[in-house]
Amino acid sequence: MTTAPVIPPAPDRDFVLLRPFRLIGRTVIGGFREIGRISSFSARVLVACFTPVIYLREVLRQCLKIGYYSLPVVGLTAVFIGAALALNIYQGGSRFNAEQFVPNIVVLGITRELGPVLAGLMLAGRVSAGIAAEIGAMRVTEQIDALLTLSGRPERFLYAPRVIAGVLMLPLLVLVADIIGVMGGWLVAVGALEFNGALYLRNSWSFVTSGDIQSGLIKAAVFGGIITLMGCYQGDRSKGGAGGVGRAATLAVVGAAVLILASNYVLTSIFVRVGL
Amino acid sequence: MIVQNAPIIELRDVHKAFGPKQVLRGVDLAVAPGQSMVIIGGSGTGKSVTIKCALGLMTPEKGEIFFDGEPAKSAKAINAVRRRTGMLFQGGALFDSMTVWENVSFVLLYRDHVSRAEAKKRAIETLAKVRLPASAADLRTAELSGGMQKRVALARAIIASPELIFFDEPTTGLDPITADAVNNLIVEQVKALGAAAITITHDMASVRKIADEVAMLHEGRIIWRGPVSALDKSGNAHVDQFVNGRAEGPIQPAI
Repeated sequence: MTTAPVIPPAPDRDFVLLRPFRLIGRTVIGGFREIGRISSFSARVLVACFTPVIYLREVLRQCLKIGYYSLPVVGLTAVFIGAALALNIYQGGSRFNAEQFVPNIVVLGITRELGPVLAGLMLAGRVSAGIAAEIGAMRVTEQIDALLTLSGRPERFLYAPRVIAGVLMLPLLVLVADIIGVMGGWLVAVGALEFNGALYLRNSWSFVTSGDIQSGLIKAAVFGGIITLMGCYQGDRSKGGAGGVGRAATLAVVGAAVLILASNYVLTSIFVRVGL
Repeated sequence: MIVQNAPIIELRDVHKAFGPKQVLRGVDLAVAPGQSMVIIGGSGTGKSVTIKCALGLMTPEKGEIFFDGEPAKSAKAINAVRRRTGMLFQGGALFDSMTVWENVSFVLLYRDHVSRAEAKKRAIETLAKVRLPASAADLRTAELSGGMQKRVALARAIIASPELIFFDEPTTGLDPITADAVNNLIVEQVKALGAAAITITHDMASVRKIADEVAMLHEGRIIWRGPVSALDKSGNAHVDQFVNGRAEGPIQPAI
């Protein structure tokens, strides 16, 4: 008896040809889905930020963690950036015999741009990762489930206090960074570039406007919201034990940093347009 | 004990899947007020998923859950269920940013808005019920042993006098003596409250101590239920294998 030869099935040509398109489609849909999830999460948290009940004790605890404990890192960043900026501007300005503008450009650069952006980026590393890790650990050890069974809502009890604290504390930290950054420039200018100390400070003070400071503080408040929201979002979505918590912390830092830089451009464009 | 009163909680044909993996395939379960039901079953059979669905922590794809005769489907209804239930999680799930007394009195502080002094007083009273001294109240949860953490979690579950308490593997990770002490506390406190209880466990000593009735979950369905006294003569090969802890039988080991 002879048996019919087994014919292998023809390769699915359609599938092979469509594979790149499917990959692109999947990536795009995944991207939109993630944007949708972040938007929905942010909306829920923002509603919790503006409606009672607000747990003031938790807000104060987070203000301490986000604000007070970040002072050293923000201060150190600002002093070195101010000092390096003064040296760079002196070096560049000497090509046009414009060395005398060092205080003006240092104060402008620090208050409008470097103060908020660098403080934001430093806190994306310190605060956003910390929040994501803390909430992620709560998620994987069922503490968030326990909170729900105890009639607690994570938006109100965990996320809103962190976001409120971030939005309140970042402008204060940036204000401190502005002062310390200018003083970093002053130290280098007086110590190494033979500027008159009193004149340097007078030039800085008379040049900077309230608009320069306000624009930096508005940026800082937005960055504070981004940093804390990304930390909460990634922590809330973490799963799978220690690896999942670590991944959440990494994603929170990367997401917050990218959003800070992107929103910095958008905000700067708006400020330029409205003349702030 | 056979269910005679209207059930405090009832699950009807509950299905739950995670992607392609179908975990629950039509769970039917009813527990009467004051009854202690223990769900047994192998690892990964969906015991924890069942009680998470009952508490609204997971949403079943199909089926209905009734609490005290009312469907527990909307967010409002699920919140109402949570106000009348307590839960002891497998790992305790104590909030590590808080002290012991803040954990125990969480619902008093943040749901009922009781003053901190009153909440601490009631927390210490409840800690005494689970044989923990007042000196433990100000400790951080990281400073507690596994047995103490389970007791604190039990105190947190009972402080608001719930009508139904869920216990997820209450003796896992405890030595036999501590496990027996926790079992005794569970029986004592559930009876004192007059509450119903649903416990999931692998620990047959716990089953015999806690249960009025036992249900066996296998492949996403309840395949046997009966009074604890009938456990050793169930006539069900799956139950016999599980109760006697044999590797040979209709249930494949989860390795």
